[in-house]
Amino acid sequence: MRELRTPLDEKTVRNLKLGDTVYLSGDMITGRDEMHIRAIEHSRQGRPVPGEIEGSVLYHCGPIIVSSGGGRKAIAAGPTTSARMNSLEPEMIRRFGIRAIIGKGGMSKEVGDAMREVGCVYLAAVGGAAVSLAESIVEIRGAEWADLGMAEAMWKLRTERMGPLIVAMDTEGGSLYENIRSKLVRDI
Amino acid sequence: MRDAAVPPVYLFIGNGDEGIMIKLPEPVDQIVVNLLKAANTKLPPDIGWALEAAAGWEADPLARTQLGAIMDNVKKAEVLGRPMCQDTGIPTFYVKGRFDPSVRNEIMKGVRTATETIPLRPNTVDPLTRENPGNNLGKGMPSIHYIPTDDDFLEISVLIKGAGSENMTRLAMLNPSDGLAGVKKFITDSVLDAGGRPCPPGIVGVGIGGSADECVSMAKEALMSPLDSENSDPVLKNIEEELFVRLNGSGLGPMGLGGSTTVLGVKIRTAYCHTASLPVAVSIGCWATRRASARITNTSIEYSQGADL
Repeated sequence: MRELRTPLDEKTVRNLKLGDTVYLSGDMITGRDEMHIRAIEHSRQGRPVPGEIEGSVLYHCGPIIVSSGGGRKAIAAGPTTSARMNSLEPEMIRRFGIRAIIGKGGMSKEVGDAMREVGCVYLAAVGGAAVSLAESIVEIRGAEWADLGMAEAMWKLRTERMGPLIVAMDTEGGSLYENIRSKLVRDI
Repeated sequence: MRDAAVPPVYLFIGNGDEGIMIKLPEPVDQIVVNLLKAANTKLPPDIGWALEAAAGWEADPLARTQLGAIMDNVKKAEVLGRPMCQDTGIPTFYVKGRFDPSVRNEIMKGVRTATETIPLRPNTVDPLTRENPGNNLGKGMPSIHYIPTDDDFLEISVLIKGAGSENMTRLAMLNPSDGLAGVKKFITDSVLDAGGRPCPPGIVGVGIGGSADECVSMAKEALMSPLDSENSDPVLKNIEEELFVRLNGSGLGPMGLGGSTTVLGVKIRTAYCHTASLPVAVSIGCWATRRASARITNTSIEYSQGADL
């Protein structure tokens, strides 16, 4: 088990091994389909994008956020299915130097290639463990692109020991999902 | 509970002269809110038992870590009264027994209220513009299936599925010559190709036969049935057990990261079909297959977290 704190540097990320369990503290952002589309589109057109995206930990998550005592609080914030972002993520990683992606279900080989090139890992959060994961979000630092709606907006989170997260795709092109898939027993 | 000053609510269940008027302790829309709250915050007991049993036999360390995190999360959700998963999904309602058309409006009212009060994530959008009304309603929402019977009750059930599992739904119009072997292969491939995306370990709902639309409906309805409710057809029960063993021997494991806990149960429903068809549908429920039922009679409302439709 390892404790990590953001911002993550390339060396730290490249030292993570498949199957390592980590707990992550510090700042991260959320992003799903619509956030990816907008970030890439704005960047291609030379329009401004929120500075937090550069070098970030990107959490595939559409949280439930409520108002609480003048601020905001995440009450449920588990990972969403990462494979939906397969076609968008390679460009996202390369453009913004994303250091870690948190999600569930894993991503394609093309995403793995971008991860290897840039120095980025995929951390698997436990799907549906939304209350536990929300408890580790100690502060909602704000939201960008709120017009995309609660699930699709880019939330800026501060976390304390978010986990357990499993290193499921590393910076050498390795993928636990692929390892499991290639050994699946399908016969009667 | 309702305020004493609020007049009692009467509900007519039945058709024409064939019904009865019953007095409800709570209005129907509030019963719907209760169902959505229970389903979202409390894991059905049968699934909880199945997860505990799985944690007992699971040997893979990563799988054990994840099963532990799931059970920890379930406890927190129940104690804090919060949705166990942020994807509060799209509810499918099943209205069974005696009812009149007003039940649709009551359900819609309940969904709108629950979205604000529990709260639920506003998930429904226009399929093309992706515009979100913010209340989990919109054209065709929520989906409601009506099952009229002669029973002296009105039963409202809700099944909640997130997109992770719903997106893995598969329908195959097999050739009759593909037979049972083809059916089993399609089910196995559907579950294993879905991998970690539908948040295994979950429940595999299967429809065999019927028309194409009926087949998909049966697969989803099968998920409403508690895991400890045995299939009354011994042949189907055998197939369910065989697939359960086979899928758990596949190595996929929790979240697709390896282990011997891939499914918690397999549930099959069948209907007669065209002699030239062999439809098979698979609807996967994630570990958080959320369900709740209320059976309303003229003396009581009984709540449960699963129902054989």
